[in-house]
Amino acid sequence: MLDVPSEALTFDLNGERVSLHVDPAARLTQVVRDVAGLTGTKVGCDAGDCGACTVLVDGAPVCGCLMLAGQVEGRSVTTIEGLERECDTAARLKESFARHGAAQCGICTPGMMVSAAALLEEVEHPTEQQVLDAIGGVLCRCTGYRKIVAAVMDAGRTRSADGAVAEPLDAEGPVGRRFERLDGARKIDGTELFGADAWPADTLLLRAVRSPHHRARFSFGDLDAFVAANPGIERVFTAADVPGENRFGVIPPLADQPVFAVGETRFRGEAVAAVVGRPSAIAALDLKSFPVVWEELPAHVTLDQALAEDAHRVHEGRAGNILVRGHVERGDADGALAGAAVTAEGEFETGFVEHAYIEPEAGFAQRVGDRIEISACTQSPYMDRDDTAKILGIAPEAVRIIPTAVGGGFGSKLDLSVQPFIAVAAWHLNKPVRMVYSRPESIATTTKRHPARIRAKVGADASGRLVGMAFDGDFNTGAYSSWGPTVANRVPVHASGPYFMPNYRARTRAVHTNLVPAGAFRGFGVPQASVAQEQLYDELADKLGMDRLEFRILNALTDDLPTVTGQVLGEGVGFRKCLEALRPHWKRARSEAEAFNAKASGALRRGVGVAGMWYGCGNTSLANPSTIRAGLKPDGRIALHQGAVDIGQGSNTVIPQIFAEALGAPLSVLDVLSADTDITPDCGKTSASRQTFVTGKAAELAGRAMRAQILRLANAGEDARISFKGGKVAVEENGRSRTVNPAALAVDALGYVLSVEETFDPPTTPLDSKGQGSPYAVYGFGAHMAELEVDVELGTVKVLKITAAHDLGRAINPMLVEGQIEGGVAQGLGLALMEEFIPGRGENLHDYLIPSAGDMPPVESIIIEDPSPVGPFGAKGIGEQALIPTAPAILNAIHDAVGVRIRRVPATPDRVRAAILAGTR
Amino acid sequence: MYLRPRTIDAAVAALVETKGRIVAGGTDVMPALVDQVRRTPFIDISAVDDLRGITISGGKVRMGARTTWTDIASADLPPALHGLQAAAREVGSRQIQNVGTIAGNLCNASPAADGVPPLLALDAEVELTSAAGRRSMPLASFILGNRKTELRAGEMMTAVTVSALGPAARSAFLKLGARRYLVISIAMAAAVVERGKDGTIADARIAVGACSAVARRLSALEKDLVGKPFSPAAAEFVTAAHVAGLTPIDDVRATATYRTDAAETVVRRVLAACLSETAHA
Repeated sequence: MLDVPSEALTFDLNGERVSLHVDPAARLTQVVRDVAGLTGTKVGCDAGDCGACTVLVDGAPVCGCLMLAGQVEGRSVTTIEGLERECDTAARLKESFARHGAAQCGICTPGMMVSAAALLEEVEHPTEQQVLDAIGGVLCRCTGYRKIVAAVMDAGRTRSADGAVAEPLDAEGPVGRRFERLDGARKIDGTELFGADAWPADTLLLRAVRSPHHRARFSFGDLDAFVAANPGIERVFTAADVPGENRFGVIPPLADQPVFAVGETRFRGEAVAAVVGRPSAIAALDLKSFPVVWEELPAHVTLDQALAEDAHRVHEGRAGNILVRGHVERGDADGALAGAAVTAEGEFETGFVEHAYIEPEAGFAQRVGDRIEISACTQSPYMDRDDTAKILGIAPEAVRIIPTAVGGGFGSKLDLSVQPFIAVAAWHLNKPVRMVYSRPESIATTTKRHPARIRAKVGADASGRLVGMAFDGDFNTGAYSSWGPTVANRVPVHASGPYFMPNYRARTRAVHTNLVPAGAFRGFGVPQASVAQEQLYDELADKLGMDRLEFRILNALTDDLPTVTGQVLGEGVGFRKCLEALRPHWKRARSEAEAFNAKASGALRRGVGVAGMWYGCGNTSLANPSTIRAGLKPDGRIALHQGAVDIGQGSNTVIPQIFAEALGAPLSVLDVLSADTDITPDCGKTSASRQTFVTGKAAELAGRAMRAQILRLANAGEDARISFKGGKVAVEENGRSRTVNPAALAVDALGYVLSVEETFDPPTTPLDSKGQGSPYAVYGFGAHMAELEVDVELGTVKVLKITAAHDLGRAINPMLVEGQIEGGVAQGLGLALMEEFIPGRGENLHDYLIPSAGDMPPVESIIIEDPSPVGPFGAKGIGEQALIPTAPAILNAIHDAVGVRIRRVPATPDRVRAAILAGTR
Repeated sequence: MYLRPRTIDAAVAALVETKGRIVAGGTDVMPALVDQVRRTPFIDISAVDDLRGITISGGKVRMGARTTWTDIASADLPPALHGLQAAAREVGSRQIQNVGTIAGNLCNASPAADGVPPLLALDAEVELTSAAGRRSMPLASFILGNRKTELRAGEMMTAVTVSALGPAARSAFLKLGARRYLVISIAMAAAVVERGKDGTIADARIAVGACSAVARRLSALEKDLVGKPFSPAAAEFVTAAHVAGLTPIDDVRATATYRTDAAETVVRRVLAACLSETAHA
């Protein structure tokens, strides 16, 4: 009587009829990826919240994660792999995506492409609104959506509306050109392999058993009996199975995080064990049956609890639950504030912010003899290598880290996630083991932006010049150290903002609680500090009766003025230029808002806000070298060992551009080898806006060294011209040409006829007991202006436009720079208006909100190039710089619109409305 | 266990036999399975053709249980249902609207279900089918609480029916969330208003969602509006007292205080939108 589906599921997949033996109740994504092997369809949440898995079923976009396999019986399914075959518009859409830089990390790109292609099949020339409606169901964390929208609107046109063009790879003088990203094609056609996309045959699957409580004591039952009772489960791993140190951490002297907790867990989601087995057995496993008994213990879930006098210590030996303190002091802050003509002060709070990259952590490990190889998404291959070696008790050289493509990082993939588990398991089992975090697991257990509680006071004299600042900030660093010390040390250096502040005292504390570890997130605490500092500067300007932009221009740091650490940068302080570039926009926006408000009779009020930013590139007063290797191959091409992990920001393109420029050759002569600890020297971590600057400088040095070797070989002078053609290298000078034939030359151990390896470590000095010194060789500067509309009755905020001026010394690739700026703005907008993670609540992407396509305003990027004397071709970083001023600019604009100060972000509708009702004008 | 019946009878039989769970669009069922192992048999009704589609006859609009939000949004429906159509376009995203169904939205009984306020304002009836036969009841009686309904064991929703009303009816829907797409409502409101021959409001039905365990009609306001001019100005009759009976909660999206306050504004605006809505051709 019942209609039971036939054994094999038959449907059309990308135009081909397939019959697959699958569980009809499985998610369609699982069938497409694991059975059909089409991994272009990405899985970001399994809940319909992110849209990365969008496929077409009978031409309509659906989330593959929500569709049951049985539902496609007899229907037609199109994935990114078949898009060009099934949709006439797809080829043009791909070109448009590449031309516009619409793909950054590439994890959302297949979902975006499929959603957009479905629209273009119906509407050849869609409006912006139609595009937004079509892609609104796909979240992107990198791009800020605007380039995606432009790419879709442009796909139907033969000529680009905004002048986006594809630069040929053989163009002379690569630096400064808008090349499409060199790794773009595979991101756009879905062939890029991310952490969850490839693994050897017969790989076992691992799942972690994690604490359900913020703090708990635990004991295991009979683990052997559990294994015996679950066929297909190979083994359970616990702390007892960690061969080396059961401890890791990004700052080795403070390493404190166990692979598996021993006896007690310190945060909700901490792992106590791992179960490894055949994928089918793991999928069918109900972890509730795992033999562990939990005894919940009192936990610190707030800063105040952790700082209370009788509070239990999260870690023995860290008195008062203070991990570290930061301190920078110059002049006499209290005296200056006492004598100031005007002062402004306030307390500000920010919450945990989730990185919300669309790729949850994933990878596999396999033992190769006495070595272990880990292919996983990461921002820091060499740090992973060294920590994994300690965990396994083997030499660092015995660990090989092969980073997969990274579907967004933003700081959190600097820390280990899946790596220790799969390494320990693969080491013991001598079989490949993989792990893919679920979205709740990713949100609950990986690092977050530090929640901050900041008290600050600033003062100025009657002429409007800043005289002093006192700043105290507590940062909730969670249960383990991670990057807490970095935040605590970086914030005091930056909390003045890029202004001349003669008297200054900033103190910070990183405080342990029983919450998820807070670590690195785009800006390392500086965005939180800027929420306080830039709002207070607005208050000062208002008290002085000064224009808020002019107040900043008056106080802007210059080449010759010392920073709060006493460093005189001498050159490349382009902050004032950024502010001055905003002047015409500021005047226009202010008068437009004023005119709007003068006529407004409804609930909407407009406001304009500005905020400044600086950010030191690289580690704070610590060595952070990068090494670039290159070789001339017998075939006459150049191999570039580029170990800076590209997490979407573009180092796979920018570093080759710099190297090629220094070499004096076009990009087309390069064969780029991307990060792999066996192949590429250490380029450090992709963080702290250091790759373009530090690795870029190493690439410049390597390019020049290679050029020098070639010139020497040809006996030519500095100004000679090198060209690569037909396997030969030609060197021309004063009308004379000499040809070098690499095939005729001897090769070295690496197989190169010429080899170079160059290292760059930015010149910094240690900070003294008062935090004085030169912590960074280079700072990036910028300022954002936000225009927005507040609905005074509902407290909702709609950002209308962001104008972003950034001094990045030299824009190596302006298209990628704009991508960084737009993406930074999107994350800054999220920080300002909607993002806050509350541990234990909302471990998904429908309670934790990041901006959707419909929330992003147009962004006008203004690129200022005030060259750094240190950076490659004058370049400075832009990755973090782009995010920092957005939130305070938005908060200042809210105040401008409706007269309320939001000191607790995010400025959710309820908080804004409450502030309006409280009349805190 | 997974069954994919082709007829309503077969679906009901499967329900009795397996005590399984009905699945259609999967937009609520599948997210609940993240990190979980499925224990319940699935009865996938996506192949039951009789359950999909919209028919209008005898002044009634009948929507099959698995009619999707996209079906509703793209159908040619009378103005009384324009509010429902607006709600359909606010559900999640295109991807969700393409598979999410009207009955799934109602049976899931989330306090923030986008479909409930407009259907309450339409005095929708739900049709429930079991082996014993069919019964109908007002939607208002069907949803009992957060995730609680009148659905009995062995029973499934097969249709939702509303009155088409006349050309003099207008409707609107407004959703308030913290972002544009893929967002769960902080508060929402739906209105269906009929114009009397004298140009005043003859009948008004207003419902508010996400501000109580079950979306609620504002009967005092509805009464107060009768006889008021059929124009956006009537929205000014909305007062705090009209929404005082709501019982919102604090959650990650907003405070309860805010919800009550916002509900008043959302109701005022949905009413103004409804009363200024010109009939869509």
